[in-house]
Amino acid sequence: MRRTKEVTVRQLRIVLVLLLIVGLFAGQAVLAAEPVKIGFITSLSGPAGIIGKHMKDSVELALEHLGRKVGGLDVEVIYGDDQRKPDVGKQLADEMLKKHKVNFVSGIIWSNVMLAVAPTVTGAGTIMVGTNAGPHELAGKMCSELYFTTSWQNDQTPEAMGKYMQDQGLTDVYAMAPNYAAGKDMVSGFKRYFKGRVVDEVYTKLGQQDYQAEISQLRGKNPKAVFVFYPGDMGIQFLKQYAQAGLREQIPLYSVYTVDEISLPAVGEAALGNYETRYWSPDLKNEANAKYVGDFKKKFGYTPSFYGAQSYDGILLIDSAVRAVRGDLGNKKGMVAAMRKADFRSTRGKFSFNVNHTPIQNFYLLRAVKGAGGDMEMQIQKTVFENHKDAYYQECPMKW
Amino acid sequence: MNWLLVVEQCLNGLQFGVMLFLMAAGLTLVFGIMNLVNLAHGSLYMVGAYLATAAFNRTGSFLAAVAFALTATLAIGMLVEVIALRTLYERDHLDQVLATFGLILFFNEAVAIVWGRAALFTAVPRALSGHLQVLPGIPYPAYRAVIILVGLAVALLLYVVVSRTRLGMLIRAGASNRTMVGALGVNIRLLYTVVFGFGAALAALGGAMAGPIYSVLPGMGEEILIQVFVVIVIGGIGSIRGALVGAVVVGMVDTLGRAFLKPMLSTVLGPSAADNAGPALASMLIYILMAAVLFFRPQGLFPAVRS
Repeated sequence: MRRTKEVTVRQLRIVLVLLLIVGLFAGQAVLAAEPVKIGFITSLSGPAGIIGKHMKDSVELALEHLGRKVGGLDVEVIYGDDQRKPDVGKQLADEMLKKHKVNFVSGIIWSNVMLAVAPTVTGAGTIMVGTNAGPHELAGKMCSELYFTTSWQNDQTPEAMGKYMQDQGLTDVYAMAPNYAAGKDMVSGFKRYFKGRVVDEVYTKLGQQDYQAEISQLRGKNPKAVFVFYPGDMGIQFLKQYAQAGLREQIPLYSVYTVDEISLPAVGEAALGNYETRYWSPDLKNEANAKYVGDFKKKFGYTPSFYGAQSYDGILLIDSAVRAVRGDLGNKKGMVAAMRKADFRSTRGKFSFNVNHTPIQNFYLLRAVKGAGGDMEMQIQKTVFENHKDAYYQECPMKW
Repeated sequence: MNWLLVVEQCLNGLQFGVMLFLMAAGLTLVFGIMNLVNLAHGSLYMVGAYLATAAFNRTGSFLAAVAFALTATLAIGMLVEVIALRTLYERDHLDQVLATFGLILFFNEAVAIVWGRAALFTAVPRALSGHLQVLPGIPYPAYRAVIILVGLAVALLLYVVVSRTRLGMLIRAGASNRTMVGALGVNIRLLYTVVFGFGAALAALGGAMAGPIYSVLPGMGEEILIQVFVVIVIGGIGSIRGALVGAVVVGMVDTLGRAFLKPMLSTVLGPSAADNAGPALASMLIYILMAAVLFFRPQGLFPAVRS
């Protein structure tokens, strides 16, 4: 008995020493190939969780296309769920910066969350790559060397819709949007190009479910057309209730970020024939987009949305930056210089960054139609703006 | 102001109130009788909406779908009570909040695993897709009118059950003195399970009817749950009558506030200030109301009688 015990203790000691050695080597190995860490913040739970899923799936597809390497380095993506709340988004950003020591923060659907997160990230000297929200503050006075967006500035898309509705000679338009940073941007962007009469502007609570009261008010005002911005779950509800109120046939509805690949499967023919403007669509013809849309459908079994396309682009942009500095993640200046070139194969085709790091890009008129398979889909009708710049870049003091 | 519009908005308010009532009735009973804070009540509403939508898309019969959702959620509710909630009655409210919050996460994920994160497609049943002329000049969606009727019918039914039947007597007794009811030989455990099951079924009825007008998504129950809590605080915890009055008051105040606060403010403040203040104030109204009720009548408008 005694002997065996001795042996066991000795064996244990050897094992411990071996473990220690392995540990030391492993530690060195980790130091040698430090991965790129990307913190990706989006809404993954609650009614907006579907948008987050589109974005997360697209990030995963981008990583797959890059062979699970970013700029040649191993990559680790830490996902965070902001629950559509600015305070939660800021906490997540702090945690990613301090605990995970991420090299990039990316994502963010909601402008109010972005306004809380972006200054936190850039203030800590880390690069922020927004892949949806484009509040005007960050494109103008609050612009930063370290802040890029692969989507748009909020006003740009409604500007295109305003231009289209102006060209159609429409007047007496009723405008509706949720009451938060982006809602205000959307309506002011719309009014920048639409010069006809706006009957009323109505702002509803962010995340509101029932629009019947607002729809009754709308009918009372008897407008000739309606312009709305209701992203995600809000769009589904609004489109359904607008159709159920019998207004679809009476007052044409024009929208931005409302009729898309997220709302169409849920509302079906309640959006048939609706117009939207956008910088991207699944049927946009270019090689990168064909690859993205095709592989996305194959891997995940549903049609991607612009939320996904610009998140995919975000990862490719980060890849181009890390590649340009040959994996030297400390070289922020080099990475920023590389990102300014927008040197990657974007799903929207070739585009460039303005001085405020907001894309200069085309905007198209899209229409919800019945596709070949009988499902509803968005199809590009025509180009509304070519190489369209946002309205705030002159307020941005950055020069390069 | 256009009076027809006011009438129409009152109908909208009533419809929203009735929807809140279906949720609040179950929640207030569970709170009042079992002293359980059930955050997962919204999840049962979601489960009801999902089951009804799935059944409706499969069978094409809305009535059958609602019936299925009701019975299935009743069973699920009772199962949840037996498995998870039974041990929580004697514990602190904070423990209950934590446990039922866990249930929310569980149900949201379960629903996302079974049906996916994308919203399910639902439409109003064909027979109810038209409009009613409630008064000349007010076309009102038939489906929403049916919601109002169903909600009022449920309120009446609950009133009869609670005030005229033996089960109702036990429920009232349970709400006023649980220990005594147990001491008198009533199987209080069974009573709890049954009450919880019926509360779940009412939430499911709300969810099933909400499906065609709202979006059927994981997490859909949480948005409405907060307003339901406001309802039961205003109405008085444990009281069905309080839940009905509270729900209608909250529905009306919220709807009329959203509709008319901005035009009214703009006559006082001017249009641009009203544009900013109107929506903000409208979304606060029900909470201001709740604060006022708590200040002047902390027990709620119609509290359950307690010994």
